[in-house]
Amino acid sequence: MTGLATSPGAGEAAVVGRIVAYVRLARDNGFPVGIDESLDALRLAEGVDLATPAPLRSGLKALLCAGEADWRRFDELFDAYWLGRGVKRAGLISGAGGSTPGTAAGEPPPDLPPALIERAEGAGGEAQAGGGEAQASGGEARRAGASAAEALGKTDLRHIDDPEELAKVYELARRLAARIKRRLTRRQRVRAKGRRLDLRNTIHRSLAYGGTPMRPVFRARRTKPMRLVMFLDVSGSMSLYSTFFMRFMRGVIDNFRHADAFVFHTSLVHIGPALRERNLERAIERLGLMSAGWSGGTRIGESLATFNRNYAKGTLNRRTIVIIVSDGYDTGPPELLAEQVRLLRRRAKRVIWLNPMIGWRDYEPVAAGMAAALPHIDLFAPAHNIESLAALEPYLARI
Amino acid sequence: MPAPPSANGEPDRHAPEALRQGFEDAGYIADNELIMAISLTFRLDRPLLLEGETGVGKTEVAKTLAKVLDCPLIRLQCYEGLDANAAVYEWNYQRQLLAIKIWETEDISAAEKERHVFEEEFLLRRPLLQAISMDKPPVLLIDEIDRSDEEFEAYLLEVLSEFQITIPELGTIEARSVPHVILTSNRSRELSDALRRRCLYHFVDYPTEAKELRIVTARVPEMGQKLAAQVVRFVQALRQEDIDKKPGIAETLDWAHALTGQGIDDLAGNQDVVEDTLLCLLKTKEDRDAIPGEVVGRIFSKAV
Repeated sequence: MTGLATSPGAGEAAVVGRIVAYVRLARDNGFPVGIDESLDALRLAEGVDLATPAPLRSGLKALLCAGEADWRRFDELFDAYWLGRGVKRAGLISGAGGSTPGTAAGEPPPDLPPALIERAEGAGGEAQAGGGEAQASGGEARRAGASAAEALGKTDLRHIDDPEELAKVYELARRLAARIKRRLTRRQRVRAKGRRLDLRNTIHRSLAYGGTPMRPVFRARRTKPMRLVMFLDVSGSMSLYSTFFMRFMRGVIDNFRHADAFVFHTSLVHIGPALRERNLERAIERLGLMSAGWSGGTRIGESLATFNRNYAKGTLNRRTIVIIVSDGYDTGPPELLAEQVRLLRRRAKRVIWLNPMIGWRDYEPVAAGMAAALPHIDLFAPAHNIESLAALEPYLARI
Repeated sequence: MPAPPSANGEPDRHAPEALRQGFEDAGYIADNELIMAISLTFRLDRPLLLEGETGVGKTEVAKTLAKVLDCPLIRLQCYEGLDANAAVYEWNYQRQLLAIKIWETEDISAAEKERHVFEEEFLLRRPLLQAISMDKPPVLLIDEIDRSDEEFEAYLLEVLSEFQITIPELGTIEARSVPHVILTSNRSRELSDALRRRCLYHFVDYPTEAKELRIVTARVPEMGQKLAAQVVRFVQALRQEDIDKKPGIAETLDWAHALTGQGIDDLAGNQDVVEDTLLCLLKTKEDRDAIPGEVVGRIFSKAV
């Protein structure tokens, strides 16, 4: 770490070169670094002595980080580059949580839900194997659920795999999103009619009449986009529906400025940013890393607790609608689920629980967790076919 | 881009060593990274964004900096619905109306009246405009930027990069001096990437035990070392519990004051007082319920 700054001239050039390379490394690792930041990094390095890296570290940290996640992993990257610690990591440090880099990029891990594999398929050659597998299991589902022909809208979502139908799902998500996009806020704008006088413009206009306000101008409240947070249960009992709802979530995310998405199983995974990712290969890589660790059992209560602890503060507000898609079969304690749904409800505007099983004859919310959570849910609705989802539209429009 | 502050004029006051000394003299215990970040705001002319939980001393940084630099502190408290009228400027409507009435009898054309009414004497300066029209650069604290809405954030970003404000009736007002800007956020909403990139960033974490002890000693000097150490250990352990609103430094100090006010110099044997004064640290019913008596006892026995 020492010995670089032997003679002033040579030392400085070496420092500049190393800083430029480091800034590039930071950018490759997802730090939001542009040209301005690179130039400022060089200004910051003026007169820096590499024998004592502490000022350089804190300076670059303040400059290159833009959020808590960056802040938490900066030191690791800095040490790897400047102090030669942990350099064997092939240059890239994975996300904030230090997730396991076990799966090779581009190749979906074996336990990826079908919807994700389906997207993997589109990415090109590397993902073919996984895609084939998903199609096989999809076909099986179709056979298992074969029944009398119904109108398309009434087809149980488990049986939908026709691309045209999936396009309809996307369209429906878009329409629902449009329904709840804007609501009133406290911000105001100038209007011809309204409750409050807009003095500034009134005075402006009154000047022509010698100061008598002949044509008053008013202000009215502005509308503001609503937020939407979706939770999708991807456990075994829901697996037949996950392709569909994953598509639905993507439709909502694409059409909603403030939407976020999570999936849960035994633990909670934040997939919103990955769904937004335009670059398909990167999206798959990110989803692949996230899905590591999915296994049997469904811990809805615990997953929601993770959300309430880590994400709720930045995601929920009084304009947020929470949609949970799950069959309610929870292997955790029912009180925990009830408590966590109650906390969600307190922070959000509405909590909607969509349950694909309600559509089945004889289904009652007997699952203990489900029953415990019911009192805190604003709308408990079926979601087993497109028609039942479309039925949400008037409800969402009223909120 | 505004001109950088004269590097030669007063280089001493903005160097890390000088700032560290200044902050310490003002009673604010800052770590090296924070000092470096503040020092860089001068060198690189960027605003500083402080993020962290409530009560970790974000706002205090700006107040202390104003004290250290011996310059005024201008504070803009953000809230939902904050708009240019409250943040930048507003016309003084009452005076305008009055002036128009007075001129009624005089022979002045409407166009001329309009020009007079929209002169600077009828302008009410709100924090942002005030901050850029001072002779000596002030510290501008934009508190809880996450509470304002996106529209205002975008506008603010423009002001922070140009340091000029356009008033349609008056024209563009250039900054007389560039203020030192500190923004704070509690992360109740994600800020835009553009604003984040524009700013230097510092995450203010809960202090370590040693640092918190130094803070308590500096702020509550009348408190004995033994009690101070116990108080800090207790609060540090309490933060490890699963509670919604973890006590910040402000709460620790409140509690320290409450305890010294009771005339206590040792927590040992005073568990009942601890339980009675716990409301200084836990401020919601949920958190109070989450820490029942036996948990207090457990933390207490570890801290004492």
